[in-house]
Amino acid sequence: MNIRRPGLQTWRHEPEPHLKMRPTYKVRPHPTMRHTSGGYTGLMSVPLVAITTAALDLAALVAEVSSGDAGGHGAIATFTGLVRHHNLGRTVLFLEYEAYEPLAVRALERIVAEARDTWPGARLAVHHRIGRLELGEASIIIAAASPHRDDAFAACRYTIERVKQIVPIWKREHFEGGQVWLEGATADPDDNDARQTAYRIACA
Amino acid sequence: MRVTVRLFARLRDLAGAGELVRDLSTPATVQTVWRSLVADFPPLAEYERTMSVAVNAEYARMNAEVTDGDEIAFLPPVSGG
Repeated sequence: MNIRRPGLQTWRHEPEPHLKMRPTYKVRPHPTMRHTSGGYTGLMSVPLVAITTAALDLAALVAEVSSGDAGGHGAIATFTGLVRHHNLGRTVLFLEYEAYEPLAVRALERIVAEARDTWPGARLAVHHRIGRLELGEASIIIAAASPHRDDAFAACRYTIERVKQIVPIWKREHFEGGQVWLEGATADPDDNDARQTAYRIACA
Repeated sequence: MRVTVRLFARLRDLAGAGELVRDLSTPATVQTVWRSLVADFPPLAEYERTMSVAVNAEYARMNAEVTDGDEIAFLPPVSGG
Protein backbone atom coordinates (compact mmCIF):
# COMPACT_ATOMS: atom_id res chain seq x y z
CA MET A 1 0.00 0.00 0.00
CA ASN A 2 3.00 2.24 -0.27
CA ILE A 3 3.60 4.40 -3.27
CA ARG A 4 4.80 2.06 -5.97
CA ARG A 5 6.63 3.06 -9.07
CA PRO A 6 8.56 0.62 -11.21
CA GLY A 7 12.33 0.48 -10.92
CA LEU A 8 12.63 2.43 -7.71
CA GLN A 9 15.33 2.48 -5.12
CA THR A 10 13.96 1.16 -1.89
CA TRP A 11 15.02 2.74 1.33
CA ARG A 12 14.05 1.05 4.54
CA HIS A 13 13.94 2.78 7.83
CA GLU A 14 13.74 1.21 11.27
CA PRO A 15 10.36 1.92 12.87
CA GLU A 16 9.86 2.38 16.58
CA PRO A 17 9.42 -1.23 17.71
CA HIS A 18 6.02 -0.68 19.27
CA LEU A 19 4.56 1.06 16.24
CA LYS A 20 2.97 -1.26 13.73
CA MET A 21 3.97 0.60 10.62
CA ARG A 22 5.00 -0.54 7.22
CA PRO A 23 8.68 0.32 7.02
CA THR A 24 9.11 0.92 3.31
CA TYR A 25 9.68 4.34 1.87
CA LYS A 26 10.60 4.59 -1.77
CA VAL A 27 12.82 7.28 -3.17
CA ARG A 28 13.42 7.80 -6.85
CA PRO A 29 16.93 8.94 -7.78
CA HIS A 30 16.88 12.18 -9.68
CA PRO A 31 17.91 11.50 -13.28
CA THR A 32 20.50 14.27 -13.28
CA MET A 33 22.03 13.31 -9.96
CA ARG A 34 24.35 10.47 -9.18
CA HIS A 35 22.84 8.19 -6.61
CA THR A 36 24.72 8.21 -3.34
CA SER A 37 24.19 6.02 -0.34
CA GLY A 38 21.84 7.19 2.36
CA GLY A 39 18.18 7.95 2.28
CA TYR A 40 16.59 11.29 2.63
CA THR A 41 18.98 13.81 1.14
CA GLY A 42 18.85 16.75 -1.18
CA LEU A 43 20.63 14.73 -3.83
CA MET A 44 17.54 12.70 -4.63
CA SER A 45 14.10 13.62 -5.76
CA VAL A 46 11.36 12.60 -3.38
CA PRO A 47 7.73 11.50 -3.57
CA LEU A 48 5.14 14.26 -3.41
CA VAL A 49 3.56 12.73 -0.33
CA ALA A 50 5.29 10.68 2.32
CA ILE A 51 5.13 9.43 5.89
CA THR A 52 8.62 8.81 7.20
CA THR A 53 10.64 8.41 10.39
CA ALA A 54 13.56 10.25 8.79
CA ALA A 55 14.32 13.93 9.42
CA LEU A 56 12.39 16.05 6.91
CA ASP A 57 14.14 17.87 4.08
CA LEU A 58 12.35 21.03 2.95
CA ALA A 59 14.94 21.77 0.24
CA ALA A 60 14.21 18.40 -1.38
CA LEU A 61 10.49 19.12 -1.26
CA VAL A 62 10.91 22.55 -2.84
CA ALA A 63 13.11 21.03 -5.54
CA GLU A 64 10.44 18.43 -6.24
CA VAL A 65 7.57 20.91 -6.70
CA SER A 66 9.86 23.08 -8.85
CA SER A 67 11.13 20.27 -11.06
CA GLY A 68 10.27 20.21 -14.73
CA ASP A 69 8.65 23.62 -14.85
CA ALA A 70 11.40 26.21 -14.82
CA GLY A 71 9.78 29.63 -15.02
CA GLY A 72 6.21 28.31 -14.99
CA HIS A 73 5.79 28.87 -11.29
CA GLY A 74 6.08 32.41 -10.05
CA ALA A 75 5.90 31.47 -6.39
CA ILE A 76 6.57 28.71 -3.90
CA ALA A 77 5.03 28.91 -0.43
CA THR A 78 6.23 26.52 2.25
CA PHE A 79 5.08 25.53 5.72
CA THR A 80 7.09 23.78 8.42
CA GLY A 81 5.44 22.56 11.60
CA LEU A 82 7.81 22.32 14.59
CA VAL A 83 7.73 20.64 17.97
CA ARG A 84 7.02 23.36 20.54
CA HIS A 85 8.37 23.34 24.10
CA HIS A 86 5.12 24.52 25.66
CA ASN A 87 1.56 23.37 25.06
CA LEU A 88 -1.56 24.21 27.11
CA GLY A 89 0.59 25.25 30.06
CA ARG A 90 2.64 22.05 30.01
CA THR A 91 6.39 21.88 29.54
CA VAL A 92 6.86 19.52 26.63
CA LEU A 93 9.81 17.09 26.66
CA PHE A 94 9.28 15.44 23.26
CA LEU A 95 6.50 14.19 20.98
CA GLU A 96 5.80 10.75 19.65
CA TYR A 97 3.88 10.52 16.36
CA GLU A 98 2.05 7.46 15.13
CA ALA A 99 0.27 6.93 11.80
CA TYR A 100 -1.99 4.41 10.12
CA GLU A 101 0.48 4.60 7.33
CA PRO A 102 -1.32 3.28 4.20
CA LEU A 103 -4.42 5.37 4.94
CA ALA A 104 -2.33 8.39 5.89
CA VAL A 105 -0.59 8.28 2.50
CA ARG A 106 -3.97 8.01 0.76
CA ALA A 107 -5.35 10.90 2.79
CA LEU A 108 -2.36 13.06 1.86
CA GLU A 109 -2.84 12.13 -1.79
CA ARG A 110 -6.49 13.09 -1.48
CA ILE A 111 -5.58 16.49 -0.03
CA VAL A 112 -3.09 17.13 -2.82
CA ALA A 113 -5.79 16.26 -5.36
CA GLU A 114 -8.32 18.55 -3.64
CA ALA A 115 -5.84 21.42 -3.72
CA ARG A 116 -5.05 20.75 -7.36
CA ASP A 117 -8.77 20.87 -8.18
CA THR A 118 -9.17 24.11 -6.27
CA TRP A 119 -6.01 25.85 -7.55
CA PRO A 120 -5.42 24.16 -10.93
CA GLY A 121 -1.97 25.66 -11.51
CA ALA A 122 -0.61 24.56 -8.13
CA ARG A 123 1.88 21.76 -7.59
CA LEU A 124 1.96 20.47 -4.04
CA ALA A 125 4.06 18.21 -1.86
CA VAL A 126 3.70 17.24 1.79
CA HIS A 127 5.78 15.00 4.04
CA HIS A 128 4.88 14.08 7.61
CA ARG A 129 7.36 12.63 10.08
CA ILE A 130 6.47 9.96 12.64
CA GLY A 131 8.27 8.38 15.58
CA ARG A 132 9.96 10.33 18.37
CA LEU A 133 10.53 14.03 17.65
CA GLU A 134 12.59 16.31 19.84
CA LEU A 135 11.85 19.97 20.57
CA GLY A 136 12.40 22.18 17.54
CA GLU A 137 12.32 19.33 15.03
CA ALA A 138 10.01 19.50 12.02
CA SER A 139 6.95 17.24 12.12
CA ILE A 140 5.49 18.31 8.77
CA ILE A 141 6.70 20.15 5.69
CA ILE A 142 4.57 21.44 2.83
CA ALA A 143 5.62 23.10 -0.43
CA ALA A 144 3.13 24.67 -2.83
CA ALA A 145 4.28 26.01 -6.19
CA SER A 146 1.98 28.10 -8.35
CA PRO A 147 2.12 30.67 -11.12
CA HIS A 148 1.03 33.34 -8.60
CA ARG A 149 1.65 33.89 -4.90
CA ASP A 150 -2.00 34.04 -3.82
CA ASP A 151 -2.61 30.48 -4.95
CA ALA A 152 0.68 29.25 -3.52
CA PHE A 153 -0.10 30.66 -0.07
CA ALA A 154 -3.70 29.44 -0.18
CA ALA A 155 -2.85 25.91 -1.33
CA CYS A 156 -0.17 25.64 1.36
CA ARG A 157 -2.52 26.81 4.12
CA TYR A 158 -5.35 24.60 2.86
CA THR A 159 -3.07 21.59 3.02
CA ILE A 160 -2.06 21.99 6.67
CA GLU A 161 -5.68 22.63 7.69
CA ARG A 162 -6.83 19.48 5.89
CA VAL A 163 -3.98 17.42 7.34
CA LYS A 164 -5.25 18.31 10.80
CA GLN A 165 -8.77 17.27 9.77
CA ILE A 166 -8.44 13.97 7.93
CA VAL A 167 -4.98 12.38 8.04
CA PRO A 168 -4.78 9.43 10.49
CA ILE A 169 -1.77 10.59 12.48
CA TRP A 170 -1.64 11.05 16.24
CA LYS A 171 0.81 12.68 18.58
CA ARG A 172 1.53 11.69 22.16
CA GLU A 173 2.89 14.55 24.17
CA HIS A 174 5.47 13.63 26.77
CA PHE A 175 5.62 16.50 29.24
CA GLU A 176 7.03 17.20 32.69
CA GLY A 177 4.77 15.10 34.89
CA GLY A 178 3.18 12.75 32.38
CA GLN A 179 2.07 11.97 28.88
CA VAL A 180 -1.13 12.36 26.90
CA TRP A 181 -2.46 11.48 23.47
CA LEU A 182 -3.65 14.65 21.78
CA GLU A 183 -6.95 14.35 19.95
CA GLY A 184 -8.29 16.88 17.48
CA ALA A 185 -10.79 16.31 14.71
CA THR A 186 -12.90 13.26 13.99
CA ALA A 187 -11.55 12.33 10.57
CA ASP A 188 -14.24 12.35 7.88
CA PRO A 189 -13.00 13.14 4.39
CA ASP A 190 -16.59 13.40 3.10
CA ASP A 191 -17.48 16.16 5.56
CA ASN A 192 -17.92 19.11 3.21
CA ASP A 193 -18.32 21.59 6.06
CA ALA A 194 -14.82 20.75 7.27
CA ARG A 195 -13.47 21.11 3.76
CA GLN A 196 -15.18 24.48 3.38
CA THR A 197 -13.71 25.59 6.70
CA ALA A 198 -10.21 24.72 5.47
CA TYR A 199 -10.89 26.61 2.24
CA ARG A 200 -12.13 29.71 4.09
CA ILE A 201 -9.05 29.73 6.33
CA ALA A 202 -6.81 29.27 3.29
CA CYS A 203 -8.34 32.25 1.51
CA ALA A 204 -8.73 34.55 4.51
CA MET B 1 -14.65 -15.60 9.10
CA ARG B 2 -11.59 -13.95 10.51
CA VAL B 3 -10.70 -10.25 10.40
CA THR B 4 -7.75 -8.25 11.65
CA VAL B 5 -8.43 -5.27 13.89
CA ARG B 6 -6.01 -2.33 14.05
CA LEU B 7 -6.15 0.13 16.94
CA PHE B 8 -4.21 3.37 17.17
CA ALA B 9 -3.07 5.91 19.73
CA ARG B 10 -5.21 5.89 22.88
CA LEU B 11 -7.46 3.12 21.54
CA ARG B 12 -4.36 0.93 21.33
CA ASP B 13 -3.42 1.82 24.89
CA LEU B 14 -6.93 1.08 26.19
CA ALA B 15 -7.02 -2.35 24.57
CA GLY B 16 -3.38 -3.08 25.31
CA ALA B 17 -2.76 -4.18 21.71
CA GLY B 18 -2.49 -2.52 18.32
CA GLU B 19 -3.49 -5.57 16.34
CA LEU B 20 -6.08 -8.20 17.18
CA VAL B 21 -7.69 -11.06 15.32
CA ARG B 22 -11.45 -11.57 15.65
CA ASP B 23 -13.55 -14.53 14.53
CA LEU B 24 -17.06 -13.50 13.51
CA SER B 25 -20.08 -15.17 12.01
CA THR B 26 -21.31 -13.82 8.67
CA PRO B 27 -22.77 -11.48 7.72
CA ALA B 28 -20.98 -8.84 9.75
CA THR B 29 -20.42 -5.10 9.62
CA VAL B 30 -17.86 -2.79 11.14
CA GLN B 31 -20.41 -2.28 13.91
CA THR B 32 -20.35 -6.02 14.67
CA VAL B 33 -16.57 -5.91 15.01
CA TRP B 34 -16.75 -2.83 17.23
CA ARG B 35 -19.35 -4.42 19.56
CA SER B 36 -17.23 -7.51 20.00
CA LEU B 37 -14.25 -5.31 20.84
CA VAL B 38 -16.15 -3.21 23.36
CA ALA B 39 -17.41 -6.40 25.01
CA ASP B 40 -13.80 -7.37 25.67
CA PHE B 41 -12.46 -3.86 26.35
CA PRO B 42 -15.32 -1.75 27.80
CA PRO B 43 -13.27 1.49 28.10
CA LEU B 44 -13.18 1.67 24.29
CA ALA B 45 -16.87 2.62 24.35
CA GLU B 46 -16.07 6.27 25.11
CA TYR B 47 -14.84 6.62 21.51
CA GLU B 48 -18.00 5.41 19.83
CA ARG B 49 -19.13 8.92 18.90
CA THR B 50 -15.78 10.47 18.05
CA MET B 51 -13.80 7.78 16.25
CA SER B 52 -13.45 7.09 12.54
CA VAL B 53 -13.23 3.67 10.97
CA ALA B 54 -11.47 2.20 7.97
CA VAL B 55 -11.78 -1.07 6.07
CA ASN B 56 -8.66 -2.21 4.26
CA ALA B 57 -7.07 1.22 4.68
CA GLU B 58 -10.02 3.15 3.20
CA TYR B 59 -12.31 5.30 5.32
CA ALA B 60 -15.63 3.53 5.87
CA ARG B 61 -18.86 3.77 7.88
CA MET B 62 -20.02 1.64 10.80
CA ASN B 63 -22.60 -0.10 8.60
CA ALA B 64 -20.03 -1.20 6.00
CA GLU B 65 -19.96 -4.94 5.49
CA VAL B 66 -16.80 -6.80 6.33
CA THR B 67 -15.58 -10.01 4.75
CA ASP B 68 -13.03 -12.67 5.59
CA GLY B 69 -9.48 -11.34 5.67
CA ASP B 70 -10.45 -7.67 5.98
CA GLU B 71 -8.42 -5.25 8.06
CA ILE B 72 -10.69 -3.07 10.21
CA ALA B 73 -9.12 0.01 11.79
CA PHE B 74 -10.59 2.13 14.58
CA LEU B 75 -9.18 5.64 14.66
CA PRO B 76 -9.48 8.14 17.50
CA PRO B 77 -9.69 11.85 16.59
CA VAL B 78 -6.55 12.73 14.67
CA SER B 79 -3.80 15.12 15.78
CA GLY B 80 -1.28 15.29 12.98
CA GLY B 81 0.62 18.34 11.90
